[in-house]
Amino acid sequence: MTRSVSGPSRTLPQYGALAAVLLANWLLFPDFFSIRLQDGRLFGSLIDVLNRGAPVALLAIGMTMVIATRGVDLSVGAVMAISGAVAATLTQAGWGLAPVLAASLAAGLLCGLWNGLLVAVLRIQPIVATLILMVAGRGIAQLVTEGQIVTFTSPGLAFIGSGSFLTVPMPVVITAILLGVTALLVRMTALGLMIEAVGVNRLSSAGAGVNTPVVLIAVYVWCGLCAAVAGLVVAADIRGADANNAGLWLELDAILAVVVGGTSLLGGRFGLLLSVVGALTIQAMNTGILLSGFKPEFNLIVKAGVLMVVLLLQSPTLTLFLPRPANPRPVRAPAKPESPSPSAGA
Amino acid sequence: MIHRFLPLLVTSAVLVVGFLLCAAQFPNFASLRVVGNLLTDNAFLGITAVGMTFVILSGGIDLSVGAVIGFTTVLLAVLIEQGGWHPFSAFAVALAVAGGFGAAMGAVIHVFQMPPFIVTLAGMFVARGLGFVLSTDSIPINHPLYAELGDLALRFDGGGKLTLPALLMLGVVAAAVVCAHWTRFGANLYALGGNRQSAELMGVPVGRTTVAVYALSGLLAGLAGIVFSLYTGAGYSLAATGVELDTITAVVIGGTQLTGGYGYVIGTFIGVLIQGLIQTYITFDGSLSSWWTKIAIGVLLFVFILLQKGLLAVWTGRGGAPAEA
Repeated sequence: MTRSVSGPSRTLPQYGALAAVLLANWLLFPDFFSIRLQDGRLFGSLIDVLNRGAPVALLAIGMTMVIATRGVDLSVGAVMAISGAVAATLTQAGWGLAPVLAASLAAGLLCGLWNGLLVAVLRIQPIVATLILMVAGRGIAQLVTEGQIVTFTSPGLAFIGSGSFLTVPMPVVITAILLGVTALLVRMTALGLMIEAVGVNRLSSAGAGVNTPVVLIAVYVWCGLCAAVAGLVVAADIRGADANNAGLWLELDAILAVVVGGTSLLGGRFGLLLSVVGALTIQAMNTGILLSGFKPEFNLIVKAGVLMVVLLLQSPTLTLFLPRPANPRPVRAPAKPESPSPSAGA
Repeated sequence: MIHRFLPLLVTSAVLVVGFLLCAAQFPNFASLRVVGNLLTDNAFLGITAVGMTFVILSGGIDLSVGAVIGFTTVLLAVLIEQGGWHPFSAFAVALAVAGGFGAAMGAVIHVFQMPPFIVTLAGMFVARGLGFVLSTDSIPINHPLYAELGDLALRFDGGGKLTLPALLMLGVVAAAVVCAHWTRFGANLYALGGNRQSAELMGVPVGRTTVAVYALSGLLAGLAGIVFSLYTGAGYSLAATGVELDTITAVVIGGTQLTGGYGYVIGTFIGVLIQGLIQTYITFDGSLSSWWTKIAIGVLLFVFILLQKGLLAVWTGRGGAPAEA
């Protein structure tokens, strides 16, 4: 599925990082890989990593495509808060499960559409365009909940957060489904290629016949939808909506996950699965720090350290100093037409 | 000539009209006391925003400033309360640490050619993390000098006063205006933000300027941290979360282009005051809920960006702005 991020040399660091973190966890905590079945649901540290990593992984799926177009979406945390607020408020008002889900997802779509219009039609820089909704979005979420923490008891909605399907926790199932659908959409159609083209050069891709506004709007709408799903999962998990704190700073975690997954912030080639791997790596680190008895205070520093190492490995300057034979393929293939990314030589 | 200053004029007009509207509704609003408090309450934000303006003028962004403020307050509290240091030596250490931190980020950005967005994001994690490591509690600072500095103010008739934080902010803004428009460093900054390649070809020391601008932003964030600790009388590692976004918002409202190369420090100062004005209005009104602040600032941000885009489109001829990289 990762067509343009192909070859083991490109994907190895990401999987390697996840494996290394998991291995470190196992060394610190021998029971790390033990999984048991209880009340028809799987339990264990590994499942916990998947389950807790789900919201950031969901965000990372949408964020990957936005970043691939050389953009960034800072509003995903606020959109999570809005979708959670809508779901909780409507459930409390006595709406059924289906209309609640529809309304909540529609709210996310609308937010994404707003961002997309600003970026694609008004041509505002993505950081600034999405900053607007990041600032105002949390206010809107508070407006919806009227400043309260709205709680609900609907078992249907709560199932999304804490239920399980075929023994697998629902957040994990939802993430897998969304990842599958997104991968199908971008890899089985020309959409993925167009997204990469827009990311490499918006003007020339427009010149080559790509309908750049539509591609950009679609990408931001999808990102909004992913954020709404993440917001639903979080709200369903805690059975309530906290407009102030739901999804707070998760936009940064999502960007981090995408970067750790190896997608360049300069746009172009992207790897959806790798971003999810990035999200899980971050979560595995969090879990590891908790399990190891380190103070959780060190969490941020470790995160920053890992981020810097990953960035350094991608840095064009550093790569010049690295020995070339690190690449297992003998030919450095100067002609590799399907990856025209500017950082391909990095 | 007038069109260069148009965004600045519009921003100033919004501040004046906003203030007059507030004063029309609440007669007590137009008093020196309210204006003095407006300056004091937003002093740390104003100082940080000056550093952010420089970074953005150079074509970068600094997401770490809020975390640096939080870290500085904890460092001060730990040094003064637990280490028994004199506040002035603690201030010096805090400023050096914050400036050095910024310089390190600038060096990484320049040497490894990494996007400032992600490097300063990592910087934000590091600074918050270091703050947590020092202490996760809010530590009150009880040194007598803090009370003295807190009382220090220029007093006017009618209860108005300019406190030390407000004076510091005004001083920083004035110095920054001079620095931006009448020094070599300022000229280099605008050149770098306008076009990095041309700046390099013209002989602008790109590396030195990049490091210096992030060091300056860190230093000013450190100063803002000192002001913040004077203002709250405590050190807390979670202090000033989200300040980076408030400052970026102020910079944008102030008419500076986020692509770099165009903007004015004084505009940022007015942007900070507009945000403060909205907050003061909501406090005065009493019936409006706090979330209207966020929505109002979001709407304002949108309007100002549209305005900038419109102006830019008019200047560069028809067909809208060229694609921004």
